[in-house]
Parts: sequence; structure tokens; C-alpha cells
Amino acid sequence: MNFAVIVFPGSNCDHDCHHAAGTVLGQSASLIWHKEADLGDAEVVIVPGGFSYGDYLRAGAISRFSPIMKAVAAHARAGRPVIGICNGFQILTEAGLLPGALHRNASLRFICENVHVRCETPRTSFTRDIPAGETLRMPIAHGEGNYFCDPDTLTALEDNDQIVFKYCDAEGNLESAANPNGSLGHIAGVCNPVGNVVGLMPHPERACEAVLGGEDGLRIFSSALAGAVS
Amino acid sequence: MNLPERSLAKALIYITYKNGVLDPQGLAVKGALASLGFEGVGDVRVGKYIEIELADSPPEEMKARAEKMCRDLLANPVIEDFRIELPASDALDAQDTQ
Repeated sequence: MNFAVIVFPGSNCDHDCHHAAGTVLGQSASLIWHKEADLGDAEVVIVPGGFSYGDYLRAGAISRFSPIMKAVAAHARAGRPVIGICNGFQILTEAGLLPGALHRNASLRFICENVHVRCETPRTSFTRDIPAGETLRMPIAHGEGNYFCDPDTLTALEDNDQIVFKYCDAEGNLESAANPNGSLGHIAGVCNPVGNVVGLMPHPERACEAVLGGEDGLRIFSSALAGAVS
Repeated sequence: MNLPERSLAKALIYITYKNGVLDPQGLAVKGALASLGFEGVGDVRVGKYIEIELADSPPEEMKARAEKMCRDLLANPVIEDFRIELPASDALDAQDTQ
């Protein structure tokens, strides 16, 4: 399987994602500069974390106009796997490939810590190896991860099974203390209606090896090995 | 005094959180005002202010262009509202000299 990691000016998790897909998962992985116009033979696209364009205006607001994003949108429309992690999630919402928005953490603080998230659906390209209800431990590192959407959108997300991860405690309970940033409905990750485009704030690439403190994140990348959703 | 003919005019754009969207910065500023002893302070909302110079054209055209800029880039319609002002150029000159 060919993984492509998009590199924007200000991306800082691109090499971590490349290492996770290439070295840890043993797949073919490439870095693609955002000025490129096509994705080559990529089958899985990773939009990594960081501070693309310095988060100017709003996180992800300017990156969505990079040339490569047209190819990413076409890849997504074709039903092929695209994952946005942290700043990548922000970029995908700004690009309209995922619903909602990520705004300032309720605490106003940049939060860097391990959290637990509960998988809500195994139907997406990146959760096929993770049964619903199972809890993963991964780090978050963001100042703007407070998920918001209007009530109609939230209802649609629930009805269409588009909520992929929710912040929870170690036992999988949705305690308010386990919601680190004030996200609506504890939402840590969502998908598009088809389920091939997923965005999440936690960093699976930072939890792919025991030496990093955990391997839960690898299951998100390995889920994509099954290819496009049918 | 005769001013040179202006080829650019300013659009003033105010971007604020929509009602119902939590504004953590506004809450923090409200708390700070209270701790400084300011009384009678209700809600505080913090937003963005953007000045853009646009090629001078009839106000409806300038406003339409600024609105498109807001919808396409400057504001996120999921969480933000925007308001556009096109001040008369005389008023801007007065501001500039203050």
C-alpha cells in the first residue's frame, strides 16, 4: 500500500507519519510537497499535524488553497482513504471535506498530554481494525481542538454514524473531566458520510511504537490497509 | 485642498463568533475586567478586524467583493459571522491623521 504524507510550510508531524507508515507499518511511504498538483500512485493520504502557514487567520484556513488540496479532494471524492491529524483535521474541515470546525480550546491553553478516545464506529477506512466501544490511548497537542458544529449538523453526524472518536476516561466513560478541550459531545474525530475521510485531533503517529509509550495509534494506520471503502 | 484621485478604497471587516459559539477569549477578558474592579460588564466577545484596500468601485461592487472574500477565506461560516463597512474616504483620512 502506498501512503502519501502531505507537507505544508509549517507541518511538523510529517516525518513522524512517514516513519509510522513506512518504517513501523512497513508500507511504501512518500512525502509530497503542497505545491505539487498530483498524488502520484498514493492510495492512502495523510494530512499531518503542525502549524501550516503559521495558523494565520485560522488554523488550516490558508493551507486548504494549496495546489495539492485539489488532488486530495479528488482522492476523497473517489472514496479513497484520507486522514487528517490535528492540523490536518483542521485543514480538512476548512476545505469542506469534513463537517464542523475546530476552535480555541475552552481553557485557552495549548494542551499536550495523553488522552483516551473511544472508537464509535468501525465502518471507516481508519477504524476497521478497531471495534466500536474500544478505547485507545494517544497524545493530543493542540490549542484549537474544540470541535463545534450547529445542532442540525450534530444530529446528522449522529444519524449517519459519522462520529468516529469521543474523548473518554480509561474505562471508556464520557466523563466531563475526560473532555480536554470543550469539544461538543466529546467529539475527537469525525468522518465524511462515506467513511473514507477521517479527521481526529489525537496523534496516532506518536503512539505507534512501545518506545513512544504506546502502540494504539498503529491500528488506525493499519486499518487503512484494507483499501477504499466499498 | 484637492486630494489626488484615489484608486484604492478601504473595506473594514469585522469577524465575530456566531451567537451560541463559546468565546473563551471573551470569557477570559470578562473575568479580567471583573478582577480589575470594573462593574456592570455583561458579555464580552472578542473578534477580528481586517482592513482591506480594494480597487475603488461603486459601493455595491466593493461590498460584493468583500463578502465573497469573507465567505471564501476570511470567515469560517461554521463558527463566525462577518460585517463589512465601507467608510467614506474623507472619514478614513480623518482617522488616519488622528
